[in-house]
Amino acid sequence: MTSDIAAILAIDGIATGAVYALVAIGTVLIFTVTRVIFIPFGDIAAFTALTLAALDAKRFPGTGALVVVLACLASLIEIISLLRAGEPRLLPRALLFYLVLPLAVVGAAWLVMRMDPPLAVRLVLALMLITPISPLLDRIVFRPIADGTVLLLLTVSVALHFALVGLGLLFFGPEGVRTEPLTSFSTEFAGVLISGQTMLIVIAALVFSGLLYLFFDFSLVGKSLRATAVNRTGSRLMGIRPARAGTIAYLLGSLMAGVSGILIAPVNTVFYDSGFLIGLKAFVGAIVGGMTSYPGAAIGAVGVGILESFASFESSALKDVIVFSLLIPILIWRSLASLHSEEEIEE
Amino acid sequence: MSEMFSMTDVTVCYDNVEAVRNVSLSVEEGQIVTVIGPNGAGKTTLLMAAIGLLASRGRMVFGGSDIGRMSVEDRVERRLCLVPEKRELFSDMSVADNLLLGSYSLRDRSGVQKTLDEVYDRFPRLKERQRQAAGTLSGGERQMLALGRALMAKPKLLMLDEPSLGLAPLIVREIFRTIASLRDLGVSILLVEQNARAALETADYGYVLETGEIVQSGPAKDLIHDPRLITAYLGGH
Repeated sequence: MTSDIAAILAIDGIATGAVYALVAIGTVLIFTVTRVIFIPFGDIAAFTALTLAALDAKRFPGTGALVVVLACLASLIEIISLLRAGEPRLLPRALLFYLVLPLAVVGAAWLVMRMDPPLAVRLVLALMLITPISPLLDRIVFRPIADGTVLLLLTVSVALHFALVGLGLLFFGPEGVRTEPLTSFSTEFAGVLISGQTMLIVIAALVFSGLLYLFFDFSLVGKSLRATAVNRTGSRLMGIRPARAGTIAYLLGSLMAGVSGILIAPVNTVFYDSGFLIGLKAFVGAIVGGMTSYPGAAIGAVGVGILESFASFESSALKDVIVFSLLIPILIWRSLASLHSEEEIEE
Repeated sequence: MSEMFSMTDVTVCYDNVEAVRNVSLSVEEGQIVTVIGPNGAGKTTLLMAAIGLLASRGRMVFGGSDIGRMSVEDRVERRLCLVPEKRELFSDMSVADNLLLGSYSLRDRSGVQKTLDEVYDRFPRLKERQRQAAGTLSGGERQMLALGRALMAKPKLLMLDEPSLGLAPLIVREIFRTIASLRDLGVSILLVEQNARAALETADYGYVLETGEIVQSGPAKDLIHDPRLITAYLGGH
């Protein structure tokens, strides 16, 4: 391997890693706030790409129907649980949030679609359509078992992923898509050609991580999310509702997954089931950070991207094997270095 | 004085055992009421039920409304606050952030800075350490932070679970002095303590809880001279 090739592979790896980093940060966000390892995150990314491709082809995406179905289910569950709890006065607010708002988003997207909007608007539409999915899934699937063990939540999360892949086939069909590049710009740096798309991916990853950092460090809502992650009982005693914190975490997380889906769509062909590998590789990155550290997850995800890039050069067939083999030494190192749990018991 | 908080015939089951049985007590506005009793009598369980972390039977009224079926968060929004035995601080976060989160339930944010300044005046130590992570504080400082964080919510009734537990005698005295001074701010206090003498010296009224039931109650100044309590909890004279 010459240094030129190594440089190209490294840049390619950083770009792929940046996409994984966005998903990994979202995974950590949701895990720390809700204790759910949200495997379907990759699916959310893939669905965003498919949504954008449908919008580009002037078809109304299946995401719309998916959101409507989920909104109806979530509202039904919310109505039943509120009536059971003897709290009918909370119904209007719940219906506004779980039914009216998601339907309004779908309706707005449908109307705007007919005006043949430019690319920038289509990007916003794709993100708008995708963001309600995770909070709705949270309401339907995870809220009723919120107090379950991490293992139970993970098992359900895996099952949910398979359900979503099935729904993906139903709503998007079996064809793969590749969207038009967001930019045709390219530049040369130290003798290596860097495409505008690659730069865009890295910049987007940096900007979104930066925004998330600002949100966590400087806003009360961001701090309340961190508090929920650090100490659930303590945060409840401050009046912070874990369910609300969870919803915010899902909204933010799906926004990150959505952005990564948009970034990856022009580079890779995305199918209804492409999300699994994206989610799993981001998960490996998140584990490097111990599932709790955002910078750790981002660095881990970029590491996975670079490793994958070099691995695919050496042996394209074995690249996933190489990436996932990385998990074993990391898990051993993590379990040897986990002084954390003892501290928590003392607490 | 009007009634701030009352429990009537409250029973709390914990793992199928009745940890607290038919307990009735009340706290008047601006009063410090203490519940004393031995380890395992159900004191902590009582407070956990009062804040809503444990389900209970019976009637609970706070500020004129029935709170028995309300969620923890709804009770906190009505300014019923608990400083639990474990303090439950946000150990990875700074002292300043811990205090700020204490005010999370307040809709009106205009007075938050003023309250923060008041808390810092009361506990200058916290101001010195405002950028430090809560997990790095000493035991006494952690208790101050837990108290300060609760005060940020402008509580009407503050429930304190064993505030002196594990603290050096000098700091215990300081904590009790702070508790007494809170009464002057108009905060009602429900204080659960194993340190019966310090609690009764600070409180206006006291209840004695033994194996989940109230066995005795009366003005604190009477209880402190009660011969039975002296032998059982006050270590004789």
